[in-house]
Formats: sequence, C-alpha cells, structure tokens
Amino acid sequence: MSGLKMPLPDAATLARRAEIVADMRIIVPGEGVVDAENAMRVFETDGLTAYRQLPMVVVLPETVTQVSRILKYCGERNIKVVPRGAGTSLSGGALPLADAVLLVMSRFNRILDIDYANRTVTAQPGVTNLGITHAVEQDGFYYAPDPSSQIACSIGGNIAENSGGVHSLKYGLTASNVLGIEMVLISGEVVRLGGKHLDAEGYDLLGLMTGSEGLLGVVTEVTVRILKKPETARAVLLGFASSEEAGQCVADIIGAGIIPGGMEMMDRPAIHAAEDFVQAGYPLDVEALLIVELDGPAAEVDHLIGEVEAIAKRNGSTTCQISTSEAERMNFWAGRKAAFPAVGRISPDYLCMDGTIPRKELPKVLAGMRELSEKYGLRVANVFHAGDGNLHPLILYDANKDDELARAEAFGADILRLCVKVGGVLTGEHGVGVEKRDLMPEMFTEEDLNQQIRVKCAFDPDHLFNPGKVFPQLHRCAEMGRMHVHRGQVAFPDIPRF
Amino acid sequence: MTTFTPSTPEQVLETVSWAAAEETPLEVVGHGSKRAIGRPLRVEHTLDLSQLTGVTLYEPEELVLSARAGTPLAELEKLLAQNNQEFAFEPMDYGPLLGQEPGRGTIGGALATNLAGPRRVKAGAARDHILGIHAVSGRGASFKSGGRVVKNVTGYDLSKAMAGSWGTLAVVTDVTFKVLPRAATEATLVLRGLTEEDAAHAMALAMGSSAEVASAAHLPESVTGRVLDGALRGKGSTLLRLEGFGPSVAYRFDRLSALLQGHGSHERLDDAQSRQLWREVRDCQPFADGTPRAVWRVSMAPSQGHHMVMALRMQTAVDAFYDWQGGLIWLRMEADPEADLLRALIAQYGGGHATLIRAPAPWRSAIPVFQPQPPALAALSARLKDQFDSRAILNPGRMGI
Ligand SMILES: Cc1cc2nc3c(=O)[nH]c(=O)nc-3n(C[C@H](O)[C@H](O)[C@H](O)COP(=O)(O)OP(=O)(O)OC[C@H]3O[C@@H](n4cnc5c(N)ncnc54)[C@H](O)[C@@H]3O)c2cc1C
Repeated sequence: MSGLKMPLPDAATLARRAEIVADMRIIVPGEGVVDAENAMRVFETDGLTAYRQLPMVVVLPETVTQVSRILKYCGERNIKVVPRGAGTSLSGGALPLADAVLLVMSRFNRILDIDYANRTVTAQPGVTNLGITHAVEQDGFYYAPDPSSQIACSIGGNIAENSGGVHSLKYGLTASNVLGIEMVLISGEVVRLGGKHLDAEGYDLLGLMTGSEGLLGVVTEVTVRILKKPETARAVLLGFASSEEAGQCVADIIGAGIIPGGMEMMDRPAIHAAEDFVQAGYPLDVEALLIVELDGPAAEVDHLIGEVEAIAKRNGSTTCQISTSEAERMNFWAGRKAAFPAVGRISPDYLCMDGTIPRKELPKVLAGMRELSEKYGLRVANVFHAGDGNLHPLILYDANKDDELARAEAFGADILRLCVKVGGVLTGEHGVGVEKRDLMPEMFTEEDLNQQIRVKCAFDPDHLFNPGKVFPQLHRCAEMGRMHVHRGQVAFPDIPRF
Repeated sequence: MTTFTPSTPEQVLETVSWAAAEETPLEVVGHGSKRAIGRPLRVEHTLDLSQLTGVTLYEPEELVLSARAGTPLAELEKLLAQNNQEFAFEPMDYGPLLGQEPGRGTIGGALATNLAGPRRVKAGAARDHILGIHAVSGRGASFKSGGRVVKNVTGYDLSKAMAGSWGTLAVVTDVTFKVLPRAATEATLVLRGLTEEDAAHAMALAMGSSAEVASAAHLPESVTGRVLDGALRGKGSTLLRLEGFGPSVAYRFDRLSALLQGHGSHERLDDAQSRQLWREVRDCQPFADGTPRAVWRVSMAPSQGHHMVMALRMQTAVDAFYDWQGGLIWLRMEADPEADLLRALIAQYGGGHATLIRAPAPWRSAIPVFQPQPPALAALSARLKDQFDSRAILNPGRMGI
C-alpha cells in the first residue's frame, strides 16, 4: 500500500470495542453484527482494491429505527461510522476505518412502491441499480442512469456518488433522476428530502446529499424517476485514423443539435484489448473508435442515423457500421462494456482514472497522456464517455513489481492535474474518496474547501461520518466557526460605494 | 440607506466583508424582479448586482456559457437564440404575474430562485443545469464550486445549494450553465373537454408513453380562455407538448393522438402557436390580471394535485390550473390566502410544498411565504444557513430563517 495517510484510530474507542459490539447486538439482534476477523475480511476493501483495512465492527441493520439508534449511539459516544452499499466504489469511499463501525446497507433490499401514474419507484437503498429497472421493465419502464456496475452497485451508493453511465449524456446523472430520500443524521434524527413532487421547499439539501460520499448522513429510502423505454435504439460504429478526427466528429454531432442516447470512444489499446476478449468485430486498424447510440421513436432515430453518418464521413471516418438488429447493437456495445475486464486480461492490475475535460481538449490531453506513459514506463488504455468529456484512462501495472503501484498512482495524479489544467475536474463520476483526496487542492483553494467543510459541519459537526475521505484535511468545526473579518480590522472603515 | 452597485466580484467581496464585519444586513437584488416574493425585508442596505454583468465564456459547441451573475437573463437568451440554443430549463418570467414589465431578471436571480418552466418534467430546473459558481458567503469569504463540465462529482455540489436559496446563503458573482440546442420545431396536442380527474389520467398516460412528451398542462374551463388571446376559450384544455426534429414530432403526434383516442376531442397547435402557449403557461399568464389577489405555487405528486384542489374548492373560492403533468398547481385565491387550509390539504394528499408568490405585503408579513419544514429539517436548514452566513446579513428573514 502506498503512502495514504488515514486518521489515527482513536485508542479510547478501540479500548471499548467489546462493549460497543455488545451494544450493537442489542440494537441489531441476530446475524446483523459481524466482529470475527475472518468474517469481516470480505468488507476490508471496495472497488479500489489497492487499499485494505479491517473495520472495528460490521453492522448490517434492517430497519430505519435500527439505523437511527446506531447513529445516535455513535454520535453520543464519538464513534466513527463508514456507510457502505455494495462496496463497488472505485475511489475507496467505502474503505473501512480501524476504529469505525462499518454500516452496511445491503439488507435494505426491498422495492417499496411502484407508481406508474407519477413514474416513480421508491426503494430501500440496498436495492441494486439494475434491480429498479428489473422491477418495472415488464411494463416497459426503466431507470436511466446506468453505471457499468449496475448489476451490483446499490441505489444508495449511486446517490452518495452521484453516479452516471452511458445514458447520462441524454438523461442526466443520478442527481437529476432522484426525487426524494429519507436519511438519518448522526444525531439519529430522520429527515425526508423531497418526495414524489419536484424541487425542494427550502434549501436544495437533496442536491447536496447527492454526491456527498457518505459524509453527511445515511440514506435509508430513495424515490427515483423512471422513464418509458424508448421505442427503438440503434448504434453506429465509427472508426477513425486519429483521435483528433474522432473528437471533431463528436463536437460536430453535438454542434448539429443532436444529443445521442450514448456516445463512447475507445483508443487503440482499448480497442485491441476488447476485441481480443469478446470479438465484437471492431476494426483493428484505427486509432479511435466511436459508438454513437440514438434512441427514440423510429422516425427520429432513422433521421438522425443519416445525419450522424454524414458528419462522420465529413470527418474522415474509415469505417461506418450501422446496427440493423438488436443483436448487432448489443454486439457493438459488448466490447465497450467489457473494456475493463478486457484490460484486466492483458495486465495483472490496472487503475481506473476518471477525470472530465472540455471535449475540445481531448487531443491535447491524449497527447499529454502518451508523454506521461513514456515518462512513467507504464501503458495506458482509454475509454471515454465522449459526449460529456468524461475520461477513463486505465493505467496498467503489476502490483507485484517493486514500485509499479506507486508509479501508476503518480501517473494517474499527473493525468488528473492535466485535466484540471485544461479546465476540467478530478472526477466525473467515481468520487473523490481516498483516491483523489490529496489532489483536491489542485482544483480548490483553501477557502473553497473550507466552505465545503462548513457544509459538513451543518450535517455532522463532529466529523464522525466517513472521516479521511474527500477532504485532505478536515478542520474541526469549532475552528471553522471563526470569521475571517473582524470589526475594526477591515481595510476600509468607510462604507464602500461603487 | 445605501445601495451598493458593485461591478466586479472583488467589489462584491469588499461589500459583503464590510457588512459582515459591521453585522449590518444587506438585501441582495439582481433586478429585484422577484422582490415581491417572500417576506418583505426591512433592511437598511441594498446590494444591487445589476452592474455585475457580462458574458465571460460562451462556447456553443461545448454547450457551456458563463456570465457574471447580474447579467440580464433576456440578454443571455437572445445570445443563445442566435446560436439556436437555449437554457433548457425554460426560466419563467415572473414579471407579468407580479404586475411588472416582462423580460427582466438576472441569471443570478434565476439560479437563486431555481427557476423552471413547463419542460421541468423532462428537462429539469435551474438546479439541473448549473455547472459551477463563484460566490461570496455571508461570512465574507469567496469560494467556487463545480466547474464548466457536465460530469463532475469533485466535492460537494455547492452550486446546487445556491438553487432556491433566495440569496440567503451567499452572493453569487459568476455562474456557468449548461446550454442545449433548441428544438427544431414543436407542436401541441390539445385534448378538449376533460374533467380535471380525466385530464390527470390522460397526462399520466402521455408522460408514461414513449412519445417523449416535453410538457403536460391542464387549463380548466375557467382558465382556458385566458391564453392564446382567447383562442382556446370554451371547454377545458389538456395540453401535451412535443418537441424535436420535424419528422419525429409529426410521427409522435400521431402516436400520441392514437393513444389518447376517447380522451376528449383532439386539436393541434403548430410551432408558433405552441411556443406562445407554453410561454404563457410558463409565466402564469392566466393569473397575470393586474390585481394583487393571492397566488400560490404548489408542487405535489402529479396524481394528487387535482384531488387537493377539489378538496380546497369545497371550502373556499379558488381558481386553479395545472402544469408539470398536474404536479405544479397555480392557485388564485379569490379572498383570503388560506395558508393553513391549503398546507393541511397538501399534507393530506401526499405532501409537497406551497409558496405564496403574490399577495399584498400585509399578508406576506403575516403568513409563512415558504413552506414551513418539520423541526429536524428546519434545524438542519438553519445550521446550513449559519455555516454560510453566520451573522445573518444576507436577506435576513426572506425564507423565514
Ligand atoms: C466494474 C465497475 C464499473 C463501474 N462503472 C461505473 C460507471 O460506469 N459509472 C459510475 O458512476 N460509477 C461506476 N463505478 C463505481 C461504483 O459502482 C459507483 O460509485 C456506485 O454508485 C457505488 O455504489 P455502491 O453501492 O457499491 O457503494 P459503495 O461502494 O458501498 O459506497 C460508495 C460511497 O457511498 C457511500 N454510501 C453507500 N451507501 C450509502 C447510503 N445508503 N447512505 C449514505 N452513504 C452511502 C459510502 O460511504 C461510500 O462513500 C464502477 C465500479 C466498478 C467496480
């Protein structure tokens, strides 16, 4: 494990471990409290497997009352809490802490309400993303945000990470598809934000909760918007001799007023890895591959396919295949969807990065990555959500070779710095977690971060939720309270007039 | 009584820092076009942002626009239209309803009040389109959040926290919004003669179809004559809007009309008329009557709105129409605003919230303009306010905290 610093475990809490475990068993009777080391092993990491840590105790509550009592107990005794959904976070958001209760929400696995008149599903947070679609697909509905991990990741985790997927280009991220939540604060208080109606009656706390990475409260119920399945979907597979041409094609499609259901790009190493793995029929003599999916009424899709084809030709596409059947469309996607495991086959380990850049900077950033790849002596394969500029460089390394993890991490950090430099951001959908925590100052000033920490103080004044994540340094709320201007010390005693 | 009119973010910072140090409250105003909404403030100084203007970045092919917060919304909409683009959240114009001239308001005000229009059900509100901000907190600290790209989960989304905060947390100095291509054309399917209950059912069918309906509204008989210069006078009108490329709109129109056979008689409004109609629905034109009679804006689950209105009608004289598939209810009270009655009925029919948009000032002082929150939530909101504006100098009392 490389040099990640986590908050020092609190000796007083650790000393009371047996008592805490016993108290947890009173709140959650039966099998819901796990404290044996071997049984806790499965929880020691999440999707960012480079980091591992056993928790103090694992608790799997089943009711909101239990969650409320657990949090009140921890809040009163200054015990840290790490919420966890399915543990697929790629940024270490669900990484346990040695002195914290790991609060696993997987038993909250029921769909509570399906309401077609209002197009909503209300579910417990442990229901998987795909589970929501499964619950309504027999009636032709689906839940639009579709992370690649949708078979496993929980809807509660999606809220905490504001997850997105291929279809977010047209249908938005989690934040635009969630209507309401129930959550429990560290005080044990249960609050409801939103519901089946639109927009908040006060501050947009739902907007703040979405993407808060388990640092503000525990989500215990979720109401999302479902959509009717589009009448048809067809995909176009386009090959280009350079990533510049592919990038320009993306820009021109959007410039023509077309917002595809999905628009994904892969670079040469990713194309080859995917093709070797699933034989999707991808052209191997191209530098960049674009998959453009158009969905909607047949008349619209046919019309737009023609336009996309023309735009691609103008940008010098060397191959252009249009899906003529559902099987063919799925085949186009098979390679892209298998890109991560495909890369896993050609390298013992890989790190998945997640920066976002303004689309037009793509050629510059790709060129920068090639240079960095040489500098660090590590290969990189790229898959992108091209429509919204979200990059997923996969850095290939071998953890068993002396310093390769450290080099891979340094390489990744440099890629993210480059993203920020061209006007982009550190993370588009995977979250900051522990992985990008120490890079936050690349994007934010101390004052920017302080205002974010102040938001945390409003929800969790003692910083008991998920400490060590997101913020490089978590100032105590009492210290944050100080104003930085004081009566009599301002530079302009006169009233400023402009 | 001083009015500060900063023209740079630095001057905003200076003013707010001064006010924070002096603990003297400021009323934050864009154009003041929505001043009539919310508790009337008794504040000595005004922070007028109408000189903090200018587009700082507009890249049509990147679908992104940044501007100083005081830039007139109308100016930005004109600029976008030149490139066949728009704010897809269709910010409503409160001018007509509040008895002011139309076309005023700033982009900062649009965010602070989380504006939306009839397309809310498909495209979201200002909160769903804001990408990044620069702002000065009530503590006199300047900060930024977000950026200029759509996909971004780096840190808390403080930009969204500004949406609907009515200037009570921070003064926004710069905004970056996502912009989108304007639809090539639009058309509206009008179903005539449905009861409110039947209309709710028809709108649910339409929104639950694959016709990609962008907006669904219902104007009962008493209201329908007050749009399109009286062209829809007569029986109640249920309005379903389709937008997109010409062939697609034509195709979907036929599909939708077929789906809704038996739901009233069908009429079609083409591009120009359709656009005018939805602008009038957006701006609450039916109640833009030049009177100060109380107008409520209510948000509920779409299937519940008309039940609540029926129950309300049993007890008081009220005129109503529906947008957002029935989930946004505009109410004009003929006499007393009846806040308690209304809010009790909203709670009874599945919950939601009511904002008193128009009323004579004495009413606005006497009743909570914004929906009161349950204690734990109200306490959380107050703590959030305190973390942005610990000395309560920004629009104190505007939202009730
Ligand atoms: C192969 C693979 C592909 C992926 N593809 C995508 C993708 O395409 N798009 C994308 O956005 N992400 C993707 N991810 C990342 C990950 O799946 C998402 O971040 C997902 O939302 C995490 O959900 P989870 O239930 O696994 O949460 P966890 O990993 O358990 O937790 C994630 C964070 O959420 C918090 N949390 C979880 N549940 C709750 C709750 N109920 N209340 C409060 N906080 C909670 C945790 O504290 C933690 O900070 C991928 C991951 C993998 C492994």
